[in-house]
Amino acid sequence: MKPKFGIVVFPGSNCDYDAYYSVKKVLGYDAEFLWHKEKDLKGSDVIILPGGFSYGDYLRTGAIAKFSPILEKVVAFANNGGIVFGICNGFQILLETGLLPGVMLQNESLKFVCKDIYLKVENKDTIFTKGIKKETIKIPIKHGEGNYYTDDVTLKDMLANGQIIFTYSSSDGIINKKYNPNGSLRNIAGITNKRKNVMGMMPHPENACDPVLRKTDGALIFQSIAMHFN
Amino acid sequence: MYKATVIVKRRPKILDPQGKAVEQGAKLLGFNNVKHTRIGKYIEFFVDTKDLQEAEKEVREYSEKLLSNPIMEDFEFTLTEVKDTKEKE
Repeated sequence: MKPKFGIVVFPGSNCDYDAYYSVKKVLGYDAEFLWHKEKDLKGSDVIILPGGFSYGDYLRTGAIAKFSPILEKVVAFANNGGIVFGICNGFQILLETGLLPGVMLQNESLKFVCKDIYLKVENKDTIFTKGIKKETIKIPIKHGEGNYYTDDVTLKDMLANGQIIFTYSSSDGIINKKYNPNGSLRNIAGITNKRKNVMGMMPHPENACDPVLRKTDGALIFQSIAMHFN
Repeated sequence: MYKATVIVKRRPKILDPQGKAVEQGAKLLGFNNVKHTRIGKYIEFFVDTKDLQEAEKEVREYSEKLLSNPIMEDFEFTLTEVKDTKEKE
């Protein structure tokens, strides 16, 4: 079965079309936009919360998006085991809703970073990563607030449960401060909830799918998700 | 009616890059005594009720649920009784 990706559009989303293009035109799955004021997920199998600056990032990133009518449905969908994937601002929204633990702070460097980076795949036994054979994948980042933080107790818990999915690394999987683009705790780039049906990541896999871009590792994540519906 | 002022502060343990950047500016201007700049948020609004307890409850919940993120921020607020939204403190 071809999964249908529902892509939520908030005022200020700007990677919604990138996600739609990659999922539908490049990878050939079904996709549909879901306007934030709607209360219907339109039969989506997977929900994508895309990147951008929902509500202008006012107050805190993702703080106001969490009250959008559609989020109520997304939270219910996630609590019911539905697959939810937040990218960049979508990750920030998932943190604000409490579907994922922690918060996102401004980059330590104070700079917006936009570049290709390598991610070490820390857990390949999830819906989002089971199709990834490689140890590291190359995906771009573009954010000013990607400095993940959580308290020690939550971090311990996440480590014990295998909830840390991607960490910033060298091309051969070395993890240290040198490869940390934003000051993120333990180089964390992507995490899931305990149940592992909700994932958030700062890098943009939707910008690494089309071969014309000369990087296609992002497709591995969407293909992993699709495998779940075979 | 009450006028509410809420101050949201980043927890002391949490990095404040904005404060750091501003402090760099302070140093450039020669304010050498300035130390540990931390930037928070100041929010003001009116609460349309006569009941002080009700106003406090509403402001506290508003601050907890939206104005601050308890993982990284603390908040404090004051309430001042006013006649209408035009009255100055």
